[in-house]
Amino acid sequence: MNSLFNASSIDAGLAPLATAAAEAGSDVGSPLANIAIFLVFVGVTLFFVIRASKNTSTAADYYAGGRSFSGTQNGTAIAGDYLSAASFLGIVGAIAIYGYDGFLYSIGFLVAWLIALLLVAELMRNTGKFTMADVLSFRLRQQPVRIAAAISTLAVCLFYLLAQMAGAGALVSLLLGIDSGIGQSLIIAVVGALMIFYVFIGGMKGTTWVQIIKATLLIAGSAVMTIWVLALYGFNFSELLGAAVENTGEEALLEPGLQYGADLFTKLDFMSLGIALVLGTAALPHVLIRFYTVPTAKDARKSVVVAIALIGAFYLFTLVLGYGAAALLDTETILAAPGGQNSAAPLLAYELGGTLLLGFIAAVAFATILAVVAGLTITASASFAHDVYAQVIKKGKIDSAGEVKAAKMTVIVVGILAILGGIGAQGQNVAFLVALAFAVAASANLPTILYSLFWKRFTTRGALWSMYGGLGSALLLIAFSPVVWGRDTSFFPEIDLALYPLTNPGLVSIPLAFLLGWIGSLTSKVSEDPAKQAEMEIRSLTGVGAEKATEH
Amino acid sequence: MTEARFCVPTYFEGVAMTQVNAPHAGPVDYQEVQAREDFQELRRTHRSFVFPMTAFFLIWYIAFVIAAAFFPDFMAISVWGNINLGLVLGLAQFVTTFLITGLYVWFSNSKMDPKSTAIRLELEARGAGLPEEDKH
Repeated sequence: MNSLFNASSIDAGLAPLATAAAEAGSDVGSPLANIAIFLVFVGVTLFFVIRASKNTSTAADYYAGGRSFSGTQNGTAIAGDYLSAASFLGIVGAIAIYGYDGFLYSIGFLVAWLIALLLVAELMRNTGKFTMADVLSFRLRQQPVRIAAAISTLAVCLFYLLAQMAGAGALVSLLLGIDSGIGQSLIIAVVGALMIFYVFIGGMKGTTWVQIIKATLLIAGSAVMTIWVLALYGFNFSELLGAAVENTGEEALLEPGLQYGADLFTKLDFMSLGIALVLGTAALPHVLIRFYTVPTAKDARKSVVVAIALIGAFYLFTLVLGYGAAALLDTETILAAPGGQNSAAPLLAYELGGTLLLGFIAAVAFATILAVVAGLTITASASFAHDVYAQVIKKGKIDSAGEVKAAKMTVIVVGILAILGGIGAQGQNVAFLVALAFAVAASANLPTILYSLFWKRFTTRGALWSMYGGLGSALLLIAFSPVVWGRDTSFFPEIDLALYPLTNPGLVSIPLAFLLGWIGSLTSKVSEDPAKQAEMEIRSLTGVGAEKATEH
Repeated sequence: MTEARFCVPTYFEGVAMTQVNAPHAGPVDYQEVQAREDFQELRRTHRSFVFPMTAFFLIWYIAFVIAAAFFPDFMAISVWGNINLGLVLGLAQFVTTFLITGLYVWFSNSKMDPKSTAIRLELEARGAGLPEEDKH
């Protein structure tokens, strides 16, 4: 029983399992079939990326896909960006093993989108141009605010990217039967190179198409499996639940507590994670940047609506698939398989549809990493090239072509860093990175986004205190948490320096960042330009000029 | 009509270097528009929907998480067959999320869009564009 609260099962949790996987090897399905289906995906996406590259020249093309996507397309791409490989493998596995607690986890991921819908998406689309920093620095002091926003953007992207790349190696051993460390490193390098190529030549347009295709495959694949599982139980969900309890012999599978219920700290940890998920999602830079790929605020609204529908449907599927795996597979078989609980979904696919369905699901899971990594890379490159290089270093004296060039260089650098980080992180416990990315987004980004959109008296000092305070406190709390010290899964299991008892910093760092933004603003001696505040408020609510800008 | 309002702020040196934020004597005095009743009405309409709705779903979500973390026995109460209260409340989170989404779309289309479009068209007719139009 995993009493220790652990976001690990989801996302990067794949990584520590790599070693186990390497020993066990893959004994179901055919790696060749998996690879063949994956290559088909690569072929199809390459076609779209190369097609997209033909009309990608300006900065608006490169960062924002020429703002040419429809709300439905963008909503699908958001779902593709958001539903990471392990959100699929991890949540199905968590429900199969821990039952209700796995489901609990998925709810936060969905509810979070209401913040994006109600408070963020349209106003950001109306106010900004390419990046989060555009909005945050609109009425505050350009340079310091832009730098702070870029730093937190890059930090979130880096944490998330590292977790994804580390997961890739483990996923490979799980799905393709490549067991050796060198083999996995090679695959990480290939994934990284492919991703660099996609983003380098295709920019946001190419990335968006990769995400759309991947989301469609992922959701269609899991829909088919869901109907299949339900059909086995006469479309009676209660019967499926009964079968899951009977098969696993775990009465508590349908109740909360198996994973998070051990003691007060695991419960508080879950609350901290839940709050970080709900408040962090709408402030994830790679989610925010997607709102700029549509022409109008109305399309941004539609994007979120489509994303909520797809993501909501997907998590309902995972509920059925998770309990389906519990009902149809042996718990021991799942846990003994390479990848442990993450193998529940692939094993279920094999149980249902044999080699072909397993190959399809495996290829989709793999494609997912590619799509998520591409989304993060374009976000990091936009933030560096647009915010740091063009606006701060070049002080805005750079043309669109120069900015695109800088962005492409950044893609290569970020890509190489991701490959090296992914190889280095193999077998390390980097599970906390995804939860940390959400917590940093919720602490460093969300307060400043909301304050600058809704609070007239917000000042530069408030923004800087909130952003650096949120980022710094989240990192500091993690550094003195059980993630690093004192537990079996920690970096230093022998020494207990964990001053902070939880593995997620959100419960403290998020309120702190809101508080800092408030105090910082109240204590500022310099008041901000009321004319800029008026302009920002009017732009955010009406979208003045924002639509015209796309017609060139 | 707007020039006088663009005072030179103390942070001007930070701003002047970049074009995005450079105060420009544009065709529209945003402070005057901000003070107008029709804009205030738009702002009130927006906030009177999104703020209570956000408070509602956050409280409902956090209450649900607290129930799951601290009152597992309550969540285990059987409702129908193997379906217990925890599952029903969890699925209710999905339902409310979808409902709020639908409500918001209805609200935006019927209450917000007509008002915001009117102001936008008026300002654009007066020549308002982006703070910095793409230079290509």
